[in-house]
Amino acid sequence: MSQSSIVAIVMPKWGLSMEEGRVNEWLVEEGARIAVGDALLEVETEKIAGTVEATDAGLLRRRVAEPGEVYPVKALLGVMAEPEVGDAEIDAFVAAQAAALEAAAESEPEPRYHFVEVGGRRLRYADRGEGAPPMVLIHGFGGDLDNWLFNIDALAAGRRVLALDLPGHGQSSKEVGDGSLATLAATVVGFLDALGVERAVLVGHSMGAAVAMQVAADAPERVSGLGLIAAVGLGPEIDAEYIAGFVAAASRRELKPWVERLFADRALVTRQLVEDLLRYKRIDGVAEALGGLSRALIDAGQQRIGLVATARASRVPVVVIWGSADAIIPAAHAHALGDAARVVVIDGAGHMVQMEAASKVNAALLEHLG
Amino acid sequence: MARKISMKDAINEALDQEMTRDPSVIVMGEDIVGGTGSPGEADAWGGVLGVTKGLYAKHGDRLMDTPLSESAYIGAAVGAAACGMRPVAELMFIDFMGVCLDEIFNQAAKFKYMFGGKAQTPVVIRAMVGAGFRAAAQHSQMLTPVFTHIPGLKVVCPSNAYDAKGLLIQSIRDNDPVIFCEHKNLYAHETEVPDEPYAIPFAEANVVREGGDVTIVAYGLMVHRATEAADRLAREGVECEVVDLRTLSPIDMDAVLESVEGTGRLVCVDEASPRCSIAADVSAQVAQHAFKALKGPVQMVTPPHTPVPFSPALEDLYIPSAERVMEAVRATMVA
Repeated sequence: MSQSSIVAIVMPKWGLSMEEGRVNEWLVEEGARIAVGDALLEVETEKIAGTVEATDAGLLRRRVAEPGEVYPVKALLGVMAEPEVGDAEIDAFVAAQAAALEAAAESEPEPRYHFVEVGGRRLRYADRGEGAPPMVLIHGFGGDLDNWLFNIDALAAGRRVLALDLPGHGQSSKEVGDGSLATLAATVVGFLDALGVERAVLVGHSMGAAVAMQVAADAPERVSGLGLIAAVGLGPEIDAEYIAGFVAAASRRELKPWVERLFADRALVTRQLVEDLLRYKRIDGVAEALGGLSRALIDAGQQRIGLVATARASRVPVVVIWGSADAIIPAAHAHALGDAARVVVIDGAGHMVQMEAASKVNAALLEHLG
Repeated sequence: MARKISMKDAINEALDQEMTRDPSVIVMGEDIVGGTGSPGEADAWGGVLGVTKGLYAKHGDRLMDTPLSESAYIGAAVGAAACGMRPVAELMFIDFMGVCLDEIFNQAAKFKYMFGGKAQTPVVIRAMVGAGFRAAAQHSQMLTPVFTHIPGLKVVCPSNAYDAKGLLIQSIRDNDPVIFCEHKNLYAHETEVPDEPYAIPFAEANVVREGGDVTIVAYGLMVHRATEAADRLAREGVECEVVDLRTLSPIDMDAVLESVEGTGRLVCVDEASPRCSIAADVSAQVAQHAFKALKGPVQMVTPPHTPVPFSPALEDLYIPSAERVMEAVRATMVA
């Protein structure tokens, strides 16, 4: 048998900052028949806890990773192979993988983030993969480009993917001007200009989806597709209490319950996730930025921005993706665009559906916008 | 990913950014420029360990080298604060506080109270604390409890570069006198620090490690001993929660009580002398407010009640070690 019939299960890279992960437990036994999408192991990083899902089908022959141990990204966690592959061959495969990982560790890593000046503001962005048209990922209110940590590398397998921090967010400048959707949309167009991108598929989450729709309205020639995830702008209802609570929270104890509302599975809200958000919220200018943006988004407990007609007028492919258990914006809004969009509602996922059901969201984006 | 810088550089950056933001921020102390009359800016020392190096070149006369007279310049800083400036005075070693204590605990700490709330004293006094520097009994003390004892003073003691920058910015913006304690053995310690200015609110403890078996409360250098102990104990199956107090006055007892209510066991680690220490204070408050949650005796890990020894061998024994923290954790689990 050749080694091509041996399939490696490796430590995934969930986002740009992930360097290693701790294996908490195996969810499958050696000898189990694995299907694509099966949950294989539970892994915890500094940022988040998650499940490693099978990307290939096969027979699990070897559980290499030990529960409780920490492994670098791309480290071999397990081996799948058909019964006719001998144990000696698998031993050799495990040894070769370890040697390859060691060699790779000695080469220069590429920079995780870049910065570009747009309209007097410094924007941080990530740039992965190659192939046109690029996909641009736009995070939501209070988020940053790491909200795409489970998506960016999978989406970048066959094309260029850019993810930016909007003004007022992440490591971009914190000044947001009037905080209006038009300002944010103009920033995204300026971002495309600065990077020399003619046309792009825009994928936005929550407020970022509203930004994507506004760009499609203001500069339709720049947009070749829209991915709208748990979008702002498709109906009046929104959890205004969440927005106010998130903006006001100044301590871990105050913030954690609000962050938990974003997820259907609250166990995903780790200490580090809350700490990272607190660190962001403490930066000079963030309180003013979030205050300004929230006033632009919400009035008297309802969404101020209606973009249904705008999105319906768009002539590019549109896919709307929602988690059925979204506690911030109701999943019923997924159908607001009628036959103008493909709709994918993912059962049991919350507002951060791109993190909670990453592989399904990635598959939907690639299927409808690929 | 933010860049990693040392605690020394984080303190320098906080001073630089606040001086840039607010013209009323001034910095004064012994040799903080490098000796008035030294030939050039480039060779200026920037303080005894170089924490303020480079600031004179940017902010000029808003940094002042003072005479070797703590009562004179701490008094001047307190007076300038009462008159509308935001002085940051560097006292070099906290051990020298005795020379100028009246200006701190009888004047700065009392103005707001005695003048009917009309006077503000937004002064920050930075000072090095802690042992392990082979600097003997007069340059090695952890006098945090002395200042925590006095109403009207705020007391801060960061354990890392990120906290040092955010807490120093908060100290400068705060309208009350703040004693800002910098552990000299943490100056070189590096963590990720955003390049933008940010403020960490007071009385907001940081849970640096979660665990369900035993709560370890610490601050300053002892946070690192506590996390080392917790990491080693985790391999034995004991999960410790480590709470970094960050500020001692005001203190975030809610975070401590919340943790102890989860674990039922408490170890307090303090580099200060044991009597009337932060460890003793936290232990007493837990006994008072969370007695029913406790499953075993509260343990304190402190130095012995002696001056800091000059002998390196004895000094190493004096400072609480990870091993002693581990013993204390085990002692809480006996009952």
